[in-house]
Amino acid sequence: LKLLIRFILIQNRAGKTRLAKWYMQFDDDEKQKLIEEVHAVVTVRDAKHTNFVEFRNFKIIYRRYAGLYFCICVDVTDNNLAYLEGIHNFVEVLNEYFHNVCELDLVFNFYKVYTVVDEMFLAGEIRETSQTKVLKQLLMLQSLE
Amino acid sequence: MPAVSKGDGMRGLAVFISDIRNCKSKEAEVKRINKELANIRSKFKGDKALDGYSKKKYVCKLLFIFLLGHDIDFGHMEAVNLLSSNKYTEKQIGYLFISVLVNSNSDLIRLINNGIKNDLSSRNPTFMNLALHCIANVGSREMAETFAAEVPGVLVAGETMDSVKQSAALCLLRLYRTSPDLVPMGEWAARVVHLLNDQHLGVVTAAASLITSLAQKSPEEFRTSVSLAVARLSRIVTSASIDLQDYTYYFVAAPWLSVKLLRLLQCYPPPEDAALRSRLTECLETILNKAQEPPKSKKVQHSNAKNAVLFEAISLIIHHDSEPTLLVRACNQLGQFLLHRETNLRYLALESMCTLASSEFSHETVKTHIETVINALKTERDVSVRQRAVDLLYAMCDRSNAKQIVAEMLSYLETADYSIREEIVLKVAILAEKYAVDYTWYVDTILNLIRIAGDYVSEEVWYRVIQIVINRDDVQGYAAKTVFEALQAPACHENLVKVGGYILGEFGNLIAGDSRSSPLVQFNLLHSKFHLCSVPTRALLLSAYIKFINLFPEVKTTIQGVLRSDSQLRNADVELQQRAVEYLRLSCIASTDILATVLEEMPPFPERESSILAKLKKKKGPGNLPGIDDVRRNVNGSAEHGQNAEEAKKVAKGPITQSRSALFVLIPTLDFIFNCWPLLAFPPVPLNQASAFAPLFPVFIFTPDSLNSSSSPGANLLVDVFSDNSAPPTAEVSEENFHRFVCKNNGVIFENQLLQLGLKSEYRQNLGRIYIFYGNKTSTQFLSFSSAAVDPVIEGGAQVQQILNIECVSDFTEAPVLNIQFRYGGALQNIAVKLPVMLNKFFQPTEMASEDFFQRWKQLGAPQQEVQKIFKAKHPMDTEVTKAKILGFGVALLDRVDPNPANFVGAGVIHTKNVQVGCLLRLEPNTQAQMYRLTLRTSRDSVSQRLCDLLSEQF
Repeated sequence: LKLLIRFILIQNRAGKTRLAKWYMQFDDDEKQKLIEEVHAVVTVRDAKHTNFVEFRNFKIIYRRYAGLYFCICVDVTDNNLAYLEGIHNFVEVLNEYFHNVCELDLVFNFYKVYTVVDEMFLAGEIRETSQTKVLKQLLMLQSLE
Repeated sequence: MPAVSKGDGMRGLAVFISDIRNCKSKEAEVKRINKELANIRSKFKGDKALDGYSKKKYVCKLLFIFLLGHDIDFGHMEAVNLLSSNKYTEKQIGYLFISVLVNSNSDLIRLINNGIKNDLSSRNPTFMNLALHCIANVGSREMAETFAAEVPGVLVAGETMDSVKQSAALCLLRLYRTSPDLVPMGEWAARVVHLLNDQHLGVVTAAASLITSLAQKSPEEFRTSVSLAVARLSRIVTSASIDLQDYTYYFVAAPWLSVKLLRLLQCYPPPEDAALRSRLTECLETILNKAQEPPKSKKVQHSNAKNAVLFEAISLIIHHDSEPTLLVRACNQLGQFLLHRETNLRYLALESMCTLASSEFSHETVKTHIETVINALKTERDVSVRQRAVDLLYAMCDRSNAKQIVAEMLSYLETADYSIREEIVLKVAILAEKYAVDYTWYVDTILNLIRIAGDYVSEEVWYRVIQIVINRDDVQGYAAKTVFEALQAPACHENLVKVGGYILGEFGNLIAGDSRSSPLVQFNLLHSKFHLCSVPTRALLLSAYIKFINLFPEVKTTIQGVLRSDSQLRNADVELQQRAVEYLRLSCIASTDILATVLEEMPPFPERESSILAKLKKKKGPGNLPGIDDVRRNVNGSAEHGQNAEEAKKVAKGPITQSRSALFVLIPTLDFIFNCWPLLAFPPVPLNQASAFAPLFPVFIFTPDSLNSSSSPGANLLVDVFSDNSAPPTAEVSEENFHRFVCKNNGVIFENQLLQLGLKSEYRQNLGRIYIFYGNKTSTQFLSFSSAAVDPVIEGGAQVQQILNIECVSDFTEAPVLNIQFRYGGALQNIAVKLPVMLNKFFQPTEMASEDFFQRWKQLGAPQQEVQKIFKAKHPMDTEVTKAKILGFGVALLDRVDPNPANFVGAGVIHTKNVQVGCLLRLEPNTQAQMYRLTLRTSRDSVSQRLCDLLSEQF
């Protein structure tokens, strides 16, 4: 049986990881290797390229926002555009939640980013797509602090 | 809207992160971290109990340090303690730490599971979600053991909140994927299907993923999801875009949910119910129509979301492959995308069209886009897009457009990226052969391939051109002329030298009449390349030279002069030296007649598998051991030469004139002559298994290999054991357990009151080994025991082992019979047992992608290559059992190849000594009718038939 999303990575141009969310078991060395390979694969591409790139037996769907690359690794038969917009939906939520999100927000609030991810993607699947619903939930959780 | 300030809530953490960011060097960072670690350690060890806030803060700092890439070896206990806090933020950090730093420490796992258990039963939706997310994130077997029974209850309970249902559905999915055996289907299954009707689209979204996975495994139990999914999809696609409010994304109604529903429908064939089917068709038409409407927004998000649904709908249309109108509409839509300004869309259209090309309904429509695709090959900037264009050209190729497509691919090859050259070479070679009407075109194409991309032309490709030239006399003269011209180039690829050497060695005489290509000119041309070539190519050239001596007596002395030179006779390479010595000697002592006979033109090759299959065999899954791969690489080399060499040695004993037929008729390999010639001149090495060639054993070579002694007379007895042809056994042959061994290798094959016969067997490629265990069940001796090679006496209660080595020489149907004789209490016992040596034992599984599979499947489309059987299920139709049987049969089970997930598709290669036969199989269960349809396709009708007979008995 195949998982849909294998991992989600947010990296900056220098290759620093801002989020790594793994949906299958990798050991630490393997994770590090994947992070480096993904960085090498996506950063050489420009606007004339597609937002999809074959990667080992999978594919990476990615989108660049300023200096950050948002990458989702999925099965080759999966729906490219659905994940491409899945990334954008996620970014719009982050943008609302952090009020004009920037890289530093992800650094200082790394533990909150995990919460946002879990609301929208769980077990390698899309969990919730409504921005309104996700933000309402995040707001509620915020009030519990 | 909430604006989160930097690190609010935990000032200490924000300060620490700032400090780290301000570090000027790696050393400074490490120093700062070590200071912090010491601080945290002392806090955790201190006498004063930490309050929840401090614990949370320190655990969070540890987590940050870990995420920076440093090892963390403490703090786990404190993190677990946070789980029992009743503050959300503290729990959240505890759970996050556990999810990121999964620790298999068994004490902690118990504590963690306790914490999760408490939260799951807390009825507090926030806490329940934290617990469910943690299970979903960790997903370990231990967690599955603890929670697999509980989560379905949470999911279907009436009072569960929507957001908890979403998490529970996906949490269950994760557990199901990790440990399917621990997630028993229960009455909850039916209720899960009804979640597709839920009012909350988030719940439907999560449930759709769960159901899709479950339906792949047990399609019957979730069949009712089809009508619910169609109904839901229909409501979404016909809704006005504002209806779904929260779920409308850039004016597109619930795009992700639509995609998921369309995916779920791809687990099933088209609905049989006419009303349902037409409702689905309407949905698909609506989606196609929307693609033609003017966009509601100029934003790329709008068109992406819309097209995500469209592409998924097209996938479903292709999967059903039953509505010609929809297929053609889909194809036209993709045709528009081929010209779109968005690279993403062009890429996806090429990719999707590739699958449409294989449908009979849309193949012709796809072909109309050939110019656009060729243009893409020339102009696209992204190599992956060009790659898709190559794939599509390959898929749309048929007799009508083959020349154009091959020409375009060849010209693309000149500038193609190195990463994809080999694949293109292979594709060109396959197309050129498959659609050649005129073989001069084929020869030109392959020589062009070598010229343009010689390094990427694998052996299979140049072997194949030689096979074809040898088998078709109408093209031999042309081939000789063409290679001769190609060799004129000052720098030509070594592969060209090989092909040239081989072809001129065989057919140089056909062009020797022209003074510009006289024998001496030909020889000088070949020899001018000699010194720049590698050893194998030089060896091949030496063989071409000896062939020249036969073809052209006038160059004999020149060639002998070359062979006699020190650089040949004393070459440091033993193979070259040996060839030079032997060829020289042969040319000196053999009469013209003998030379002519020995060096006669190669006879046609038996129709063999094309090189495609050989290549396909190499495309194996990552699960295989590298060692096997190396063995396999010799497929055209040593494995077969072994036999040729032995045959050669054997026949070399007789007069040399006799040897020719043996040599040249039995040769299955192309490069045989070049590898085996040297052996001829040597005294034959005695074969250690003389019986191997006895005419009684057309199929097997059995080598007795007793554990204890080699001097035992058992060897002779063993020959008896298998001489089923000559001496029919007096006892009736027992084969009651024979069929149980088709898909397994070990077990009890025979048992009566006296004797138990156990087997353990192992196979690799064309070789096998069977361990037979003879168990005396009585308390009395068996005397004069005739089968166990060790000792004629088997004591009461004792077990004796015997080993049989097996080699599969060619494909076969009849299994060998083991005859056993012994005396028990004065009476002579005769037992004959059919040994479970079946053709499928010599399978090597072959992994391949869907595209390769269908390509290959189509190639094996001749009526005699396919054998099909429809039969009633003899056993309960269990997916897992069926999978296990197919794997046991020896093929690779190919996931996601068959559009219908209920079907099973497998591929493997049967290894015999002489040939390898690629096999594809497909098993289609029909649970309603309790029937199966089994289809086998191989290049040999006898193999297809035998495999089908064997496998169909198993279900």
